[in-house]
Amino acid sequence: MSAQSEKLPRWVDYGLIPLLNLAAALLVSGLVVLLIGENPLEAVYWLVQGSLGYSEGIGFTLYYTTNFIFTGLAVAVAAHAGMFNIGGEGQAYVGGLGVTLACLALDHYVPWYVTFPFALIGAAVFGAAWAAIPAYLQAKRGSHIVITTIMFNFISYSLMAYLLVRVFKQPGSMQPESRTFLEGGRLPFIHDVAGWFGIEMASSPLNLSFVVALLACVFVWALIWRTRLGYAIRTFGTNQDAAVYAGMNLSRIIIITMMISGGLAGLMALNEVMGAQNRLLLDYVTGYGFVGIAVALMGRSHPVGIIMASILFGMLYQGGAELAFEMPKITRDMIISIQGLVILFAGAMEHMFRPALVRIFTSRHDDLGQEA
Amino acid sequence: MDFFQTLILTTDSAVRLSVPLLFACLAGLYSERSGVVDIGLEGKMLGGAFAAGCVAAVTGSAWLGLLAAILVSIGLALVHGFASITQRGNQIVSGVAINFVASGLTALLGQAWFSRGGKTPQLPNTARFNEITLPFTDSVRGIPVLGPIYSDIISGHSLLVYASFVAIPLTWWVLYRTRFGLRLRAVGENPGAVDTAGISVAWMRYRAVVITGILCGFAGAYLSIAQSAGFSKDMTAGKGFIALAALVFAKWKPVNALGACFLFGFLDAVGIRLQGTQLPVIGEVPVQAMQALPYVLTVVLLAGFIGKSIPPKASGVPYTKER
Amino acid sequence: MHLDEKTKAQGNDGTGAKSAGDGQSERVPAIRLVGIEKRFGPVYANKNIDLNVAKGSIHGIIGENGAGKSTLMSILYGFYQADDGEIYVNGKRETIPDSQKAIAIGIGMVHQHFMLVDNFSVLENVVLGVEGGSLLQKGVDKARAELKRLADEYELNIDPDALIQDLPVGLQQRVEILKALYRGADILILDEPTGVLTPAEADHLFRILGQLRDQGKTILLITHKLREIMAITDEVSVMRRGEMVGSVHTSETSVEQLAEMMVGRHVLLNVEKGPSNPTREVLSVENLTVTDKRGVDLVKDVSFKVCAGEIVGIAGVSGNGQSELMEAIAGMITARSGSITINGEVTTKADALDRRHRGMAHVPEDRHRTGLVTKFPAKENMILGYQDQKKYGEGLFLDLTAILKETQDFMVDFDVRPPDPHLKAANFSGGNQQKLVLAREMERDPDILLVGQPTRGVDIGAIEFIHKRLIEMRDAGKAILLVSVELDEIRSLSDRILVMFDGKIVGERPAGASEQELGLMMAGIDDPSEMGSDPMVSAELARDNTDEALVEMAKGGKE
Repeated sequence: MSAQSEKLPRWVDYGLIPLLNLAAALLVSGLVVLLIGENPLEAVYWLVQGSLGYSEGIGFTLYYTTNFIFTGLAVAVAAHAGMFNIGGEGQAYVGGLGVTLACLALDHYVPWYVTFPFALIGAAVFGAAWAAIPAYLQAKRGSHIVITTIMFNFISYSLMAYLLVRVFKQPGSMQPESRTFLEGGRLPFIHDVAGWFGIEMASSPLNLSFVVALLACVFVWALIWRTRLGYAIRTFGTNQDAAVYAGMNLSRIIIITMMISGGLAGLMALNEVMGAQNRLLLDYVTGYGFVGIAVALMGRSHPVGIIMASILFGMLYQGGAELAFEMPKITRDMIISIQGLVILFAGAMEHMFRPALVRIFTSRHDDLGQEA
Repeated sequence: MDFFQTLILTTDSAVRLSVPLLFACLAGLYSERSGVVDIGLEGKMLGGAFAAGCVAAVTGSAWLGLLAAILVSIGLALVHGFASITQRGNQIVSGVAINFVASGLTALLGQAWFSRGGKTPQLPNTARFNEITLPFTDSVRGIPVLGPIYSDIISGHSLLVYASFVAIPLTWWVLYRTRFGLRLRAVGENPGAVDTAGISVAWMRYRAVVITGILCGFAGAYLSIAQSAGFSKDMTAGKGFIALAALVFAKWKPVNALGACFLFGFLDAVGIRLQGTQLPVIGEVPVQAMQALPYVLTVVLLAGFIGKSIPPKASGVPYTKER
Repeated sequence: MHLDEKTKAQGNDGTGAKSAGDGQSERVPAIRLVGIEKRFGPVYANKNIDLNVAKGSIHGIIGENGAGKSTLMSILYGFYQADDGEIYVNGKRETIPDSQKAIAIGIGMVHQHFMLVDNFSVLENVVLGVEGGSLLQKGVDKARAELKRLADEYELNIDPDALIQDLPVGLQQRVEILKALYRGADILILDEPTGVLTPAEADHLFRILGQLRDQGKTILLITHKLREIMAITDEVSVMRRGEMVGSVHTSETSVEQLAEMMVGRHVLLNVEKGPSNPTREVLSVENLTVTDKRGVDLVKDVSFKVCAGEIVGIAGVSGNGQSELMEAIAGMITARSGSITINGEVTTKADALDRRHRGMAHVPEDRHRTGLVTKFPAKENMILGYQDQKKYGEGLFLDLTAILKETQDFMVDFDVRPPDPHLKAANFSGGNQQKLVLAREMERDPDILLVGQPTRGVDIGAIEFIHKRLIEMRDAGKAILLVSVELDEIRSLSDRILVMFDGKIVGERPAGASEQELGLMMAGIDDPSEMGSDPMVSAELARDNTDEALVEMAKGGKE
């Protein structure tokens, strides 16, 4: 009987343990800061100040948060079906293609709110399609989804680079990127929206995608815990034999779940391409897909947890930029290290503190264990 | 003759490009054959490359650089081992974490220590593994076909290149001819059988993971102090993942690994050579297509369309003593 | 029967043993356990266990599933450490911290699930862990010679270069035995060795065990099958709920006595039921053949019918194709050929949902593996297999209130305790988990109910309840197909009994068929009438075989 299966109060499982893991990651990060001869406490100050200390910073934090919510949800949905979608990176990248096609096609003719649904569907469809191939190969050919999705990340880098260089690049431009969208292909910034209602907000790239991300959380919550499909996904993810017994079509669940997952990852492109950059450019995903793994793990694959974990990573991103500005020795690479450490402690070593906590919280538990 | 010359040059460049893949691929082989999936090859290589670049720059010794690369890479491997073996954590997640940590720390520390935008200082030749000219190189060059093959492809590489080619038969021998190899293969297939035979599963896996660290150290050192003259930010550029693809492509077998790595290295070399050139019939081949080819081939292989690649049965599964 | 040719050295060191002569060594038991205790959390898996195993004997340890037999043996093999108690091997006090130590003091174990590396050769598996040096060649050569010797000595023939994955199960088990012998085991533990064997293979195994005993090896045989105990052991110890109930000489006991010791009460499973009143045909299975992935036929050309208002029981030793037959009928796996007709309509597609739409319900034999998602609360388990029904919500969404309400009703009706629909299935006792499954399936009012092992791991009170509900259902005019390895259960519930052996239905008997008759059919003896109805006949048969083999071996030895 391992410590993993021992029961702990919910608040310990969902609150204390993630916090302890996070603390461990930050502690090690602090040591790194010491190593390069800077004051960790000062670094923390700038991190928090930069991400939450002023309204523009908050805007940036939430803008990054938006990306993490999408990729985190993508990993979470697959995880509920017992699958590891490590391909969020590629799905988000290819999702940008859908957004770009919609925007390039429509931005001359219609206002943003007409383009928007097409861009949204484009992002989701392209992301879903990119996930559908590995899913199909897993369901019908038995190839391991972890390896295929990794491979598909790299294939997407090449595919997108090719398209940017050969198809989207503007004549005469050296930059491998699409043309900048007109008004009709740009999502309004939140500070603009606030402006419509007479509220003054500092400008930041935070845009309407954030609202889409929150709605996606509601969607995932309802999908997983309120629908028949979600029930099938969870059954399949927990006990495959029971899923067969219940007459569920396993291939179908694999493919549909992965497509939903890929679609969610693809939606990330909405924030970057239509919201912040207003054009398709090279490598705009840069790790958001991978960090989604950490987000889903820390958030225990629940939308509420994912929002909180996403805010945390959003703070790291934005605070890290501020930190690099205030303490030049601590470059933005620090944030990548911290992310790595959080993934390590909150993900791979998530049970490190468990045995100790089990000892503390279950001095004498009278419930019967499983069959010996 | 022009075509032959091109072929010789491309092959020579393929050899150079396949060396880091070979080290990393063999590194992955030890780990995955023992049942520990490792997608953190990239990170370990990067960490090794950085350590080699730093130490070689500071001490002026390539050998100390190599040693540092191995030590740092073993350190990262042990973190992965601790998470995967002792903590029974998710091995994929741990690998992702290692990649992030290595990518972040090497750039951060590089900048903090040397202030050259993440690069380590340019190394003089004395602090690198230099190209070795094998005996008789000049005298045999005149011999048709075999001469250039010997002089231009086989000769003229650094020690690490030759080490990588020795590592293949050595790994084969270790795997199939020694007690360690038998146990290694067994622990990746059925750890229960190893446990009931009175062998510690964890100890076996830790040893495998350390070997993975050593070989990734070689791969990293090759990048920064043999192929180049110093470390630069994210210089592995996905090579760890190509090595992983090669491992899958090689069906987790050492001799196949040579073929897979050389194939992928060759594709890379051809891609570089073809850049911007017009081919008859096909026209210009996009670089990106050549870059994607190793991954596409691996996916096709995994899907069972050309042969079948079956991973070690217990890989990725933490071992828990159970009836 | 007892051959006094124990010339081999006893154990690796004779220090503790006053090994003067045969009479003395007879008294020093090969294994003596005193007060062994093992807890998993608050649960006792073993409680104050004493055990003596005589040298050169076959000692059976019998008990129901979960009685603690396997835990005890794992302690002996160093897989677990006892919390308390003493272990003596050949008279010497030992602590066994790991399997390495167990091997060193001459204990070998054949696990229930073989501990073999599938893509290794027999030879590689045998030398694993005892390679005799850091290079393989020498050890492999030695093992090759040794395997040949063992093959000659014990008739354990096997191709040393064959890959395990290409060998049939019986031969894989032989590799396990060879592994233990190669490591110099004098005490051999076999954990449920016949669970995966056909009766013919099992008989062969028993012959081998007999020979090993006669060569002076001590054998511990763990099983829950009474037939095996009676057939092969010299002594038998009975375990129940983690405790040792007692040890008896096999020749001085009976199946009835052992059964009573195992379950702690008279095995009285007489269910009150009136005569059946079968009407229309509900399920018809014709020429059904089911093949596994390796192409082995597990169900062979099976045909039968079940009518409304009757219970048809399928008796058989576990692993004779019953599970696959049920899964094929339930639409969980695809049959290679044959047809299944439900309510007059032929259905071939493997689709469990489709079967339910046609009026079938299925209580699977393994509730943990298939029947429940133990991490889900009771309410979510209550719709497993019925998730598409309209009453649980329109369209895409589930109606959680309706599900909750129905779960509450079902729980009350089937007396599930605690009646908490939010509780995870894992946290109910075995009997209550089974009631959850039964409630889900029986409350649908199906035309035909498939029931597999309805009372496995279920307490007595629940057994009676479940049996009563099944009879009521039959009386309400439903068809029931019952599969159970408990012959008593089959006999007391069924109106007709089909006996399955080696994938085939070898015969049909009426409700009143005797246990002896059915037992012989289950052992693959087609026409019991010729064999007489001596209850011990199968046991005697096995002994005869052993004797014959011995005679043969003795002849061989003299040449």
